[in-house]
Amino acid sequence: MATLGDLERSVMDVLWTSPEPLSAGDLRDRLVSSAAGATRRQLAATTVLTVLSRLESKGFVSRNRMHRPHLYEAVTTRADHTAELMHEVLGASQDREAALARFIGQVSPSEAETLRALLSSTTLPAK
Amino acid sequence: MVLASALLAILAFALAWPAPILLARAAWPSRAPAVALVVWQAIAIAGVLSTLGSLITFGLSGVADTLTAGLTRLTESVATGGSPAGLGALHIFALCCAVLFSGHLMLSVLTTVIRTERERRRQHDLVTLLSAPASTVPGARVMEYPAPVAYCLPGAFRTATVLTDGLVKALSPDELAAVLAHERAHLTQQHHLLLLAFRAWRKALPWFPIATRASDAVGLLVEMLADDAARSESSAESLVSAIVTVATGGGSSPDVGVADATPESAAPRVTRLLTEHPPLPSATVAAVLMSAVVLVLVPPALLLAA
Repeated sequence: MATLGDLERSVMDVLWTSPEPLSAGDLRDRLVSSAAGATRRQLAATTVLTVLSRLESKGFVSRNRMHRPHLYEAVTTRADHTAELMHEVLGASQDREAALARFIGQVSPSEAETLRALLSSTTLPAK
Repeated sequence: MVLASALLAILAFALAWPAPILLARAAWPSRAPAVALVVWQAIAIAGVLSTLGSLITFGLSGVADTLTAGLTRLTESVATGGSPAGLGALHIFALCCAVLFSGHLMLSVLTTVIRTERERRRQHDLVTLLSAPASTVPGARVMEYPAPVAYCLPGAFRTATVLTDGLVKALSPDELAAVLAHERAHLTQQHHLLLLAFRAWRKALPWFPIATRASDAVGLLVEMLADDAARSESSAESLVSAIVTVATGGGSSPDVGVADATPESAAPRVTRLLTEHPPLPSATVAAVLMSAVVLVLVPPALLLAA
């Protein structure tokens, strides 16, 4: 059973790789043909439209209303979104560490040296 | 009233300056991070209460001899539109400060909560599109990215632990398990609530170095708590090697995160994991916890006695 999130991801994957804007029907055909499982074969056109309008309201997809049927395309590339996310995660933004908790931040070369020295000078206590 | 006000002011001063510095320098918190977190919260709560209490008791001391009598007389005269006898300019100033200070703190918490929520929602939206659940790492999502990065998105309704495929490639299964246990501890122990509170405090008092110090100390203690959870589930060795691999960039180019000016946490965490410290004796823990409770109760007690 594909969740709404999985569907959103599949739709974006199609839009990100498509060179030109797609109609909801084209999009559905591509999703169905790329999916191996039986779940995708039952994909209703209305479901695709719902997912597209959700993605539009989140700012990932733009819709060309001048054209009939409406054409959809990705607002920006996958790489741009990855960069946006990592910018936030890696702490370049003002509000770093408020929204998320990182395992550990990357350290400066001198701190990295300290860490290696710590590791080599100490043996771990036996458990 | 004036005596209570003076005592509260002394307490507020002690909690604003020497107490946090002593606690930040002490060695024992790394042996009992959970206890130290309780003490930090007690200092913050008692600090705010004693500051407000001192201002209010001083302001009302012009009107009456007890807190309740002062409050009733003040509301009565405000309702009738007059100013109560004995209320000098300094008293009014103190009362205004109390109102402004409490309003400022509440507003800061509110804006921090709203901004954090908005940021988290955007993060969840992006994570949904850019990462997929991976069968190799149960409970986590994996994203295509060369550098080794792991983080979790806390929240009341939905949470996510995100790993990059660079991290999955760089770590052994044991090390991955340690990272996942660490992030799971953050999520299940609701560390983000504590971080949010201290963050709001720091944002409310940016000119107050102690708030920054407290916020940094709490951040490190929370990491230590999560480290303890990870070490009990996997092993200290795996956790240390995972920390070092991720902190040094796992052999990938280290250009991604160097701009990040987070207070140093890698070395203290690794040192702590490498050297076996006996946990604090339970009598000490009980004494520290008791003092924390007493500390929080002192300002209300002084207010009631006033």
